Amino acid sequence: MRHLLSTRELARDEAIALLDIAEDMAAVQHREVKKLPTLRGKTVVNLFFEDSTRTRISFEAAAKRLSADVINFSAKGSSVSKGESLKDTAQTLQAMGADGVVIRHPSSGAPYTLATSGWIDAGVVNAGDGTHEHPTQALLDAFTMRSRLHGAASRGRGLDGVRVVIVGDILHSRVARSNVWLLATLGAEVTLVAPPTLVPVDTGGWPASVVFDLDEALASGPDVVMMLRIQAERMHGAFFPNSREYARTWGLDDARFSQLPTATMVMHPGPMNRGLEISALAADSAQSTVREQVANGVSVRMAALYLLLSSERGEA
Amino acid sequence: MGESFVITGATLPTGERADIRLDGGIIAEVGSIADAAGATVIDADGLIALPGLVDLHTHLREPGYEQSETVLTGTQAAAAGGFTAVFAMANTSPVADTAGVVEQEASLGLSAGYATVQPIGAVTVGLKGELLAELGAMARSRANVRVFSDDGFCVFDPLLMRRALEYVKAFDGVIAQHSQEPRLTQGAQMNEGALSGELGLAGWPAVAEESIIARDVLLAEHVGSRLHVCHVSTAGSVEVIRWAKARGIDVTAEVTPHHLLLTEDLVSSYDPRYKVNPPLRRAEDVEALRTALADGTIDIVATDHAPHPVEAKQSEWDAAANGMVGLESALSVVHASVVETGLLDWADVARVLSSAPARIGRLRGQGEAIEVGAAPELTLYDPAAASEFGLDRLAGRSVNSPYLGRLLPGRVVATFHSGYATLLDGIVQPADEVARLATASTGGARG
Amino acid sequence: MRIVLTQADVQRALTRIAHEILESNRGAENLLLLGIPTRGTVLAKRIAAVIHRIEPSAPAELAGSLDVTMYRDDLSRSGIRMPSPTEIPASIDGRTVVLVDDVLYSGRTIRSAFDALSDLGRARAVRLAVLVDRGHREFPIRADFVGKNLPSAASERINVRLSETDGVEDHVSIEGGVE
Repeated sequence: MRHLLSTRELARDEAIALLDIAEDMAAVQHREVKKLPTLRGKTVVNLFFEDSTRTRISFEAAAKRLSADVINFSAKGSSVSKGESLKDTAQTLQAMGADGVVIRHPSSGAPYTLATSGWIDAGVVNAGDGTHEHPTQALLDAFTMRSRLHGAASRGRGLDGVRVVIVGDILHSRVARSNVWLLATLGAEVTLVAPPTLVPVDTGGWPASVVFDLDEALASGPDVVMMLRIQAERMHGAFFPNSREYARTWGLDDARFSQLPTATMVMHPGPMNRGLEISALAADSAQSTVREQVANGVSVRMAALYLLLSSERGEA
Repeated sequence: MGESFVITGATLPTGERADIRLDGGIIAEVGSIADAAGATVIDADGLIALPGLVDLHTHLREPGYEQSETVLTGTQAAAAGGFTAVFAMANTSPVADTAGVVEQEASLGLSAGYATVQPIGAVTVGLKGELLAELGAMARSRANVRVFSDDGFCVFDPLLMRRALEYVKAFDGVIAQHSQEPRLTQGAQMNEGALSGELGLAGWPAVAEESIIARDVLLAEHVGSRLHVCHVSTAGSVEVIRWAKARGIDVTAEVTPHHLLLTEDLVSSYDPRYKVNPPLRRAEDVEALRTALADGTIDIVATDHAPHPVEAKQSEWDAAANGMVGLESALSVVHASVVETGLLDWADVARVLSSAPARIGRLRGQGEAIEVGAAPELTLYDPAAASEFGLDRLAGRSVNSPYLGRLLPGRVVATFHSGYATLLDGIVQPADEVARLATASTGGARG
Repeated sequence: MRIVLTQADVQRALTRIAHEILESNRGAENLLLLGIPTRGTVLAKRIAAVIHRIEPSAPAELAGSLDVTMYRDDLSRSGIRMPSPTEIPASIDGRTVVLVDDVLYSGRTIRSAFDALSDLGRARAVRLAVLVDRGHREFPIRADFVGKNLPSAASERINVRLSETDGVEDHVSIEGGVE
């Protein structure tokens, strides 16, 4: 694997291989010595043009546990915010000998531009680009589902027949996009639930069905309910009237949560707005995978960095 | 007077073969010329002779953005593409919203000598959409402005648009509208549809163009004015314009070469060379635009030549500038999109790229049929030569062409403006030589 | 291609190794066999089975597997290597760990195994059992239990085939090189 830019381009066997490696990485997390020497001497740059402490420290932990050197490059307050272009930044990283670049950027496609521009030889991991994709989040979500469903027998498996309901701001969500492609590739059935204003204008080509009624989507007792973070400022764009109406109509409140089968997983990529898209009861329940998702994030990112950086650059 | 030329064996837009003599500031002879003594003979066997092309929509960037283009380099690009006249858009710095700026623009064009530069005046002061610019003063100036546009911005305020449409009637002017509903296109990055949703790029919905065109044709009907619609890009817009024309509304419309050939799929690469406003649309839209050009719903092809420096396109998609250079490639792209597909013949090409734009812009001495006594504005095009479009084909200052590396048919071989050559054997003639010939020819015309 | 060990030879070699391990360890107490994937893991299981036959009182959790992919020093020289699971049936602390691999060659894999092992705990002693030792060591590493010494040229290839991993009758063959 040369870069990890989107889940759209991941084939089923590639995705399963990555999840399987993440299983090995997860096993290491339970040992006393959590570090592997695998990427000794390699340099990973966390290039963050957007604040995201959670994602950055997850990648940082992943790289460090593989013994890579980590450089954190936050674009805020640096020369980048003074007008330095992505190109100049990339060339700086190239000159510093970065082997891998983990990029978070507010513009959709920026990781793609970085990977294909020829400005840099490093492997590029998309850590979230605009409203496009966030592939490692979807991979950790899939990993979490697989672990809950199959435990130690997860290796080699997809998510065939698993019914997943994703609820919230689909239009602006890179997490939703990456999940739709990956889950479909792994054989899951995906249903998207959102107010019509927060669904892209044409999702005909998406391997997912779209409904506007949350209760209808939950009535069938799905295997997984994934709640997305809703940004309160969306109400200023007239996407919905106010947060009260949103919570009432599209939030996983106590009443909706109590109707779910006890085996249904409740997922959230974080950070959560408790009381808005998810109730505290649901978030803290045994069905909630929120903390596992965080732990699994490190394993999945270790697997991604391993695949990108352990072979010679320039090879397939 | 300058040199005279005898062009032998050219194919006219009508399909007839003829020799053409340019002499004495006119087309002196068309037919069979036996005696070419004293003239430079150009062998045009296999070449198509078109009246010099006229672009109603060019961004020359001077004054203010000379790192992208100047009047000199922009008209060199025009010559390379077979154009003998360009209408220069008003979004310069300072904005072309006063007589002083438009006169400066015209005189820069005159001294460069590669093409007639006809300034377009801004509709509103500073393109801000608040106050009418001095439309009358620009019309009466030496620049003789007849086309007014805030291109880059939509004249969104309906009352202001109505007043502008009415006001320019006094001097037979026309408002060229950049039809883009601003609220519906806030932060827009590409055509809104399945692909924008997938790529996570903010959508530019077709309705944002169509709703403004619908409003404007109704306004034009109401006040009995002439409206020109810039860069039509959607199938729905075509329907609205078709309806308006059927109703007798005095509306004309243009399409760019890129909207006739390229589709939004190219955006999947996130390569900012394909970023343009209005954005590249679906294949269905391209099909509708081609048909509309063929049936006359769309009157002309205009390039929207929009040069940008390299750094404006070497970035992430959101941060990149909108626009493509188009003068040098226009004729080949029209050839590929509507001639090779059998929708237009070369007489139609002469209409949509020369006579109709000159008529809409009320520009005299351009777009005349190749006949004795016509202005000596001529383009020779080799339709047989297909090649990969490369940097060598670009003559302007900027290289933001979406066609680099693409196989395109044909090549402009020679361009004659005011009776002298601005392009010969595919080579833009030297600036000092052209400037000298320009001075001689205007001197002659005045004397 | 030349067969150098048949199915019977392989079985005899493993039985002998099992005896030697028991002898040197003075029984099966505190013994742990860790195979290096993929064929080493199979061999470790087979040796464990033999030990169980000889000493029915031997601990049930005798064989596991130790993946060394993440500890290799030659990762960037090869394509992507897919790691295999590591399964440690009992803590290695205080135990005698016998590493089991199919072929001992440069010694790099075993060196990686030492690193991997030290990240898992502190073994009382570490021993090495291999089915074939073909020479050409690049590290000061020696096997304690060897099924067959097979001096070979670097240009030759030694192929170990086991029924569990390869779906064919067990055998070891040698191919290529200058005879």
